[in-house]
Amino acid sequence: MEFLGLRIDMFESIWSYRELFIRGLWVTLALTAVGYIGGFLLGLAVGIGKLSKRKWIYYPAKIYVDFFRGTPLLVQILLIHTALIPSIFGHSLGFFVSGSVALMLNSAAYNAEIIRAGIQSLDKGQMEAARSLGMPHNTAMKLIILPQAFRRMIPPLGNELIALLKDSSLVTVIAATDLLYAGKVVAGANLRFWEPYLTVAILYLILTFICGRLITYVENRFSNSYVPSPRKMKRLAAGGRTR
Amino acid sequence: MIKVRNLHKSFGQLEVLRGIDYDIKEKEVICVIGPSGSGKSTFLRCINLLEEITAGEVYIDGVKINDPATDINDIRREVGMVFQQFNLFPHMRVIDNITISPIKIRKMSQQDAEALARQLLEKVGLSDKANAYPEQLSGGQMQRVAIARALAMKPKVMLFDEPTSALDPEMVKEVLDVMKRLAMEGMTMVVVTHEMGFAKEMGDRVLFLDQGLLVEEGTPDEIFSNPKHERTRAFFSKIL
Repeated sequence: MEFLGLRIDMFESIWSYRELFIRGLWVTLALTAVGYIGGFLLGLAVGIGKLSKRKWIYYPAKIYVDFFRGTPLLVQILLIHTALIPSIFGHSLGFFVSGSVALMLNSAAYNAEIIRAGIQSLDKGQMEAARSLGMPHNTAMKLIILPQAFRRMIPPLGNELIALLKDSSLVTVIAATDLLYAGKVVAGANLRFWEPYLTVAILYLILTFICGRLITYVENRFSNSYVPSPRKMKRLAAGGRTR
Repeated sequence: MIKVRNLHKSFGQLEVLRGIDYDIKEKEVICVIGPSGSGKSTFLRCINLLEEITAGEVYIDGVKINDPATDINDIRREVGMVFQQFNLFPHMRVIDNITISPIKIRKMSQQDAEALARQLLEKVGLSDKANAYPEQLSGGQMQRVAIARALAMKPKVMLFDEPTSALDPEMVKEVLDVMKRLAMEGMTMVVVTHEMGFAKEMGDRVLFLDQGLLVEEGTPDEIFSNPKHERTRAFFSKIL
């Protein structure tokens, strides 16, 4: 069977490379996870920095975002892997360190904007009320502003996770053994392109689909209302606490 | 207790306060009235530095609050504030709204803070709402919780910024009643309000502000029955 040169029977040979693909899946997932978590924490710092009135905090944060949003991730990966890390450590630290650092630094820039916008979208009366009770700025941020702002950030932060998962495929340029790399190897070995790359595409699709479901779950869990569900209310009435 | 000297506040080119002098004594209830845009809310917000003061001085208990050496958080702990839009924390139960600052700022124990909160909720008539979330309350109830929340820090003075302006008419009274009780207990209060009834009944002094200046001040009787200034008379002729 053949369609535009795609041969179903060739998927059998893909199956024989399954270990390569499974390893690639794990590398992609690990790069994404490290990049995302690191990118979130760094993004939080940069995002709050962009809200600072102090110029020596604001400008570095702004320049950071401008640089990492304004240059291609592919270029950043190459810069970090071939220039930055070797010049700091004297040698390469491997694709995983370079790749996850690049993904982290890049997604931090986007997360910073999401976090900044989420904080700014809150009514400024919330901060004023907290400050009027004598809370220092950072305490108010932690206890009052961020818990509310995070709910609003969930949908865009979810988009960011999916984008990062897909963008992680760019690390193949530094010979990372991720999912796309597995496809490339198989394509090169068999000199067939349809089946391996289609397999890679479908595997990415499965991963992004799972991420999508996860995000929907988290979104529903922190739905618009702060009032707990009746079931949770019952548990609270039995002596539990909300915080 | 509060001393305001030559208070100026500008937003960019716009001069909102153009030199206000006033002394507020302990246990006084000061009502601030005036047309919108007169600077009365800004005046109030300068007293706990929610607005940066452009020029002049504000002293609370002899401490200059707009001195860079003053820790503004220490000052604000002693100055309660109630906002037009309530500004309750929507992600916390009513009781947590009230206990959070005594616990986090005054380092009160959870138990003591909750006992205090329940006592305050009883005072504002909302004992049954401790476990409710703000969005489950009416506007009047929210504002009463906001008053309880401010009182939980045991402030020396309470500032009210048009506390009833965002309320449906049938809820105004329940909030004013709480404020009256507070006034009768001897709380020092500065109230920016459009409720002339409240100002007449509860105010020790009434301040009339217009265009960033303190045009006239006196007892409610003096201001309402016998306003000396042309602008005060013009204001009353529009609203009464």
